[in-house]
Amino acid sequence: MDNLSVDHLIGIEHLTTRDIEIIFQTADRFKEVINRPIKKVPSLRDTTIANVFFENSTRTKLSFELAEKRLSADVVNFSASSSSVTKGETLVDTVNNILSMKVDMVVMRHPNPGAAKFLSERVNAKVINAGDGTHEHPTQALLDAYSIREKLGEVQGKKVVIVGDILHSRVALSNIYALQKLGAEVMVCGPTTLIPKYIHELGVKVEHNLRKALEWCDVANMLRIQLERQDIQYFPSLREYTMLYGLDKKLLDSLSKEIVVMHPGPINRGVEITSDVADSKQSIILNQVENGVAIRMAVIYLLAAKIER
Amino acid sequence: MVWQIITSLILSLLSMETQVILNAKQFDFTLQRLCRQLIENHDDFSNTVLIGLQPRGISVLNRLKELIEEILDKEIQCGSLDITFHRDDFRRRETPLIPSVTNIDFSLENKKVVLIDDVLYTGRTIRAGLDAMLAYGRPNNVELLAFVDRRFKRHLPIQADYIGKTVDSLVSERVSVEWKEIEGEDKVILYTKENNG
Repeated sequence: MDNLSVDHLIGIEHLTTRDIEIIFQTADRFKEVINRPIKKVPSLRDTTIANVFFENSTRTKLSFELAEKRLSADVVNFSASSSSVTKGETLVDTVNNILSMKVDMVVMRHPNPGAAKFLSERVNAKVINAGDGTHEHPTQALLDAYSIREKLGEVQGKKVVIVGDILHSRVALSNIYALQKLGAEVMVCGPTTLIPKYIHELGVKVEHNLRKALEWCDVANMLRIQLERQDIQYFPSLREYTMLYGLDKKLLDSLSKEIVVMHPGPINRGVEITSDVADSKQSIILNQVENGVAIRMAVIYLLAAKIER
Repeated sequence: MVWQIITSLILSLLSMETQVILNAKQFDFTLQRLCRQLIENHDDFSNTVLIGLQPRGISVLNRLKELIEEILDKEIQCGSLDITFHRDDFRRRETPLIPSVTNIDFSLENKKVVLIDDVLYTGRTIRAGLDAMLAYGRPNNVELLAFVDRRFKRHLPIQADYIGKTVDSLVSERVSVEWKEIEGEDKVILYTKENNG
């Protein structure tokens, strides 16, 4: 079997289509593993992984940690709020200190775009990007595409619309790369102020009317409004945003075909998506979470195979 | 000069010898015998499951299952087990192995398990198989069936309970079990490579 073409998972941009296929094939097997009575395999028993989170996270951190533990890796966790970073230590210093304790792989989330690439060029460990600012969130995009493949059979030829705050979303960018590499058509939809100016250069369609976008698509990926990243007011009020870009059951039922609804979490119920849509049978939000563990196991397993002994 | 090179090439190709250890007829006899030995020890298979090790053990399993079911006139419980994630040579190989499908949709708790593989050699695959199997429950007892037993150069203290054919071979040699449904013919071949220095 050929392995991944990359040594670190920084972004989907640098992966080949074959890489994504290898990750999916491996994830299929891990999905079976995590549904066994004993959900653990010993592959990574001599590997130590540090989860370094400079930004808050619930799902991603939990998912990575579960994935690592189910591969039998030793795990150390580190979050910036309770560390020496607040005392003025640099990123490379912090991570090199962790690596001196013989860590083989670093899973990092950081508020600055490019932090993962910066780190991968400076430390002697495999780096997995768990989100770098507004740049990329590769494992989320992989699990989203994997969930579409699971639900609809394949990604090739499917139409996917990403709705919401595209400007501040790392999930959107990674999803665009992943879906396009797998042969899907991608559209982004949201208020003009939240759509990056040159996004059409990535080859995606742009639509500002939610109903038109939903009528076009097979899958709708509803993103959260990232208020924590918005330094200015991009739209008059959340209430107005919900009226124009919120997905409710009435709108969903009025469409001419049944579409699949996704959300990378955390959900702001009643803002981008109503409760009855989030919990409807068309929603695969919880499947995404389950697949997240399998995808992360696959990525860690494949990269760990590249660690020199 | 050119002719000399070509001649030496042809000679070196010829020195890669193959020896058929079991032909199609002997192959069938061996399968028939293994199947009867299994029935002798497991009666009606009411508490026995056959587990084939991916990838090549599955061919042995499928053939034996067919034969046993024909004789007993009932369906027997079978599963396939992939051991990729339980191997002890992760990161010691050039490239990772592609995992195959594991399909055991029943519990092994208190069952009699027969692990099945095509070639038993170092014993490491079986060690990993025993480990992987435990994720599906604690079997009452486990037996091992190997279609070919390369009895020298074992790395671990593992022996088969049922053996199709014992082969004495060198480390430099290779034994291959071929199947009519995959390679077109049932046979066991020993590839001997002459060492020309």
